[in-house]
Amino acid sequence: MTGYDFTLAGARLTALASGALWWADHRLLCVSDLHLGKSERHARCGGSPLPPYEGRDTLRRLETLVTALDPATVVCLGDSFDDDAAVRALPAEELDQLRSLMIRRRWIWIEGNHDPAPVAFGGETLAELACGPLTFRHIAAPAARAEVSGHYHPKARLRSAARPCFLLDRSRLILPAFGTYTGGLRSSAPALTALMAPDALAILTGPTALPVPMPR
Amino acid sequence: MFDLPPALHDWFAAKGWSIHPHQQAMLERADQPCTLLIAPTGGGKTMAGFLPTLAELADGRHEGLHTLYISPLKALAADIKRNLRTPVEEIGLPIRIDDRTGDTPASRRRRQRADPPHILLTTPESLALLISYPDAERTFRGLQRVVVDEIHALAESKRGDQLMLALARLQTLCPNLRRVGLSATVDDPQAIAQYLAHHPQPCEILLADPGPAPDIRMLETEEAPPWAGGGAAYAIPAVMQQIKAHRTTLIFHNTRAQAEIFFRNLWLANDDALPIGIHHGSLDRTQRERVEAAMVRGELRAVICTGSLDLGIDWGDLDLVIQVGAPKNVKRLVQRIGRANHRYNAPSKALLVPANRFEVVECRAALEAVRDNDLDGSPRGPGPRDVLCQHILITACGGPFDADALFGEVTSAGAYAALSRAEFDACLGFCATGGYALRAYDRWQRLQQRADGRWQLRDPRAAARIRMNLGTIQDADLIKVRLKRSRGGKPLGEVEEAFAATLTPGDTFLIGGQTVRYESLREMTVEVTRNAGKKPKIAVFSGTKFATSTQLSHRILEMFRQDSWPDLPRHTAEWLALQREVSELPRAGSLLIESFPHQGRAHLCIYGFAGRNAQQTLGLLLTKRMEELGLDPLGFVATDYATLIWGLQEVTDPAPLFEPRALRDGLEGWLAGNAVMKRAFRGAATIAGLIERNTPGARKNGRQATFSSDILYDTLRRYDPDHLLLDITREEALHGLVDFGRIEEMLDRINGRITLRRLQRISPLAAPLLLEMGKVPVKGAAQEKLLQQEAAALMRQSGLDRLPQ
Repeated sequence: MTGYDFTLAGARLTALASGALWWADHRLLCVSDLHLGKSERHARCGGSPLPPYEGRDTLRRLETLVTALDPATVVCLGDSFDDDAAVRALPAEELDQLRSLMIRRRWIWIEGNHDPAPVAFGGETLAELACGPLTFRHIAAPAARAEVSGHYHPKARLRSAARPCFLLDRSRLILPAFGTYTGGLRSSAPALTALMAPDALAILTGPTALPVPMPR
Repeated sequence: MFDLPPALHDWFAAKGWSIHPHQQAMLERADQPCTLLIAPTGGGKTMAGFLPTLAELADGRHEGLHTLYISPLKALAADIKRNLRTPVEEIGLPIRIDDRTGDTPASRRRRQRADPPHILLTTPESLALLISYPDAERTFRGLQRVVVDEIHALAESKRGDQLMLALARLQTLCPNLRRVGLSATVDDPQAIAQYLAHHPQPCEILLADPGPAPDIRMLETEEAPPWAGGGAAYAIPAVMQQIKAHRTTLIFHNTRAQAEIFFRNLWLANDDALPIGIHHGSLDRTQRERVEAAMVRGELRAVICTGSLDLGIDWGDLDLVIQVGAPKNVKRLVQRIGRANHRYNAPSKALLVPANRFEVVECRAALEAVRDNDLDGSPRGPGPRDVLCQHILITACGGPFDADALFGEVTSAGAYAALSRAEFDACLGFCATGGYALRAYDRWQRLQQRADGRWQLRDPRAAARIRMNLGTIQDADLIKVRLKRSRGGKPLGEVEEAFAATLTPGDTFLIGGQTVRYESLREMTVEVTRNAGKKPKIAVFSGTKFATSTQLSHRILEMFRQDSWPDLPRHTAEWLALQREVSELPRAGSLLIESFPHQGRAHLCIYGFAGRNAQQTLGLLLTKRMEELGLDPLGFVATDYATLIWGLQEVTDPAPLFEPRALRDGLEGWLAGNAVMKRAFRGAATIAGLIERNTPGARKNGRQATFSSDILYDTLRRYDPDHLLLDITREEALHGLVDFGRIEEMLDRINGRITLRRLQRISPLAAPLLLEMGKVPVKGAAQEKLLQQEAAALMRQSGLDRLPQ
């Protein structure tokens, strides 16, 4: 697995080039903002019928990671589903795919702003998870330390190519969105520049994980 | 003999005007279902289109809309309104005239729908919007005639296809609708006539007297043009003299960037401070309107422009047209020259200014083509299906429709006459459910079939969304440029977002003839300050880049067969002779390839003469193949006539590279993931209604406002490779930026005959390519390496790499 190794509050972590976080010491895999069911919700709300393959694509990429790393714990850091109705409308194949990933490991759904209700088909649903020195929650709390969060879908531009990225400073890590149909928020947006310390890094995802000073 | 009503006749007589023969002919054919008039600029073409309308409305008995006038330009609609009102008011005819464009206030637009004028002047997009309302039948009740102006321009774009589908709809509402098309000189009038006609009805073609042949020459300068580049700075003194010697000069350029640079250079040489303006599509609308108004008032001695002034109102005093850079396309050149036709029956005067040595050859070829009246044009393919998808959605906005009836209507438009029912059903299926192999939207269909078999919008609120995304004009992601002030400075124009992203504070660029300094990007606006002193570092904002037409390329190859070139300036003729001496000149019936070492790299020059876009695509495909074959290509550059590739290994056997099958596979495979294809997909997906246009409001909140069309494209390619939109994208790739059709044309032409010339050093014909801008590095592994290097450098510079992580 190609990635960028760093420590946060003493925890040795790897930002994977695929946009997931790997904590080898705990064999914990963390992904954020899967937004399963997005195309279904889009059509339901009167939008155009987008190619309905983003769920299987997101799960296929997650499956690759799970197969390669065999994590003991998987943390889905919130906004795993686009809304409650999207959970109910999940196609049977995607449901099976997801269930087979969940077998023989601890699976944690962190609540996001899109999916507040507990998920009906297994796993634990938590508002936040404390694990070792780290706290996992969906939306970053400004005063928090040693925190891992998602929600913002950060992205950054290098040589005119914008890519989803992790944002990292001494207090916190923000994960990029893992879902296939997820837009991004530039790291230069006020919400992110206010949250991150001046010496923060952006770790670009893609073929390799590339750390750069966070573009502001 | 048809006579004008007395009032009109008297008015003409009082003005001392006589009716042109083609205007009379139009009056006599007023009852015909379809007429195409081809007439030069300044020939009273528009009046010819309107005379039958004025005659029919003169008695004041008609109620409601009588004539619909459609032009590609909003400005033209407004101008015609002014021009028509003059006779109507002076004669006192009981005729109401109004225009309707995107700029018309909503209150007036509502009034027009309820109580339409006799003559409505509008654009294809505004017409499409009108037929999308459930009350369209009432609005168009009584409509007798439709006049399509500048149809030659519309027929070359999807705007024209959309218009013809709208006319098919109108023809159902008003079965007796008569159609008139007004066109500049074209290569194939019959094709335009078929395009305009209500298929299978005929369309008569009226050719007005084309007037005297134009007086057109190459500009002679003391200094020879440079070997490469497009600025034509060498010609500035000579052009300045021409401006001084004429009343008003229009100076056309092929790109906006070139227009800006030329304007700047001309201004520096403008010792007499002559009033000279600049006009192109990236400038702010108010700026452009100011230049147009000054032009109408005859205050300007010259206007530097691009295709933005190809169409539009006739300037009275225009007496010289200058084309800077190779004309690329003879038909457009002739139409541009026509702009100087200030008096009917006086020859227009035009000068060609080649920007580099090769363009001297191309200008010569173009002059001969103009003399022979050999206009170029490639037949357009079948009506594009993304436009059809939008039309189906527009139809649904107007109310429930019957699929059989709509199919009949659509195939009555010439461009869609050959559309099969299966193709139509695929488009309907796309509009209804997305048309995916995986049927996911049976519950949330956009269109659903009612019990009576007709189709309707599932959610009527979708109509507003569809209307908002209506139209076929593809804007790149443009962002505004403004002067930095405390309260919103003056708008200067627009640049592409990709260009803005490359700017760092302190960079300078040219816009509207001034050099500005980039300060910041705020709320999707580029803020700049004036910075006149400094030489601009960057001056690019890509407008359309035309490729040299197939016909003109063939003429150049023909010219190469001559023993000598007495018609060419000596410097150019000697250059060609030298090429023949050390290598050979390219020929139509085979492909000339030269290989030579230069600065430690192996070079390969492929003279395909397929036009810039196809040569660029060829560069992408060949370097990909070379990488596979271990030939280590490092980069390439393409022009209209050749592609130059450099790398580490010499190519000794080029034939396998040009296997047609391998090239086609290359297009399907690697190029399919290319940015140009993704751009084509985005265009098709936007027009077909899959993704919504970027509206300024939606941009502000940034996140998830729009779906990345690139991701949709990749997803479709992986999971649904036979989807309609991918099929449409592949069809688009035959033309436009990918232009694979021209590569096919070249392969047919050479038919496997390849001549490889292995030279000891660079050839005369290849040398200018080394000086060309726009070199493309071969990406792939190298691209990722560059990103890593830059990331490492940034970490080092910022000192962040020394922090413990």
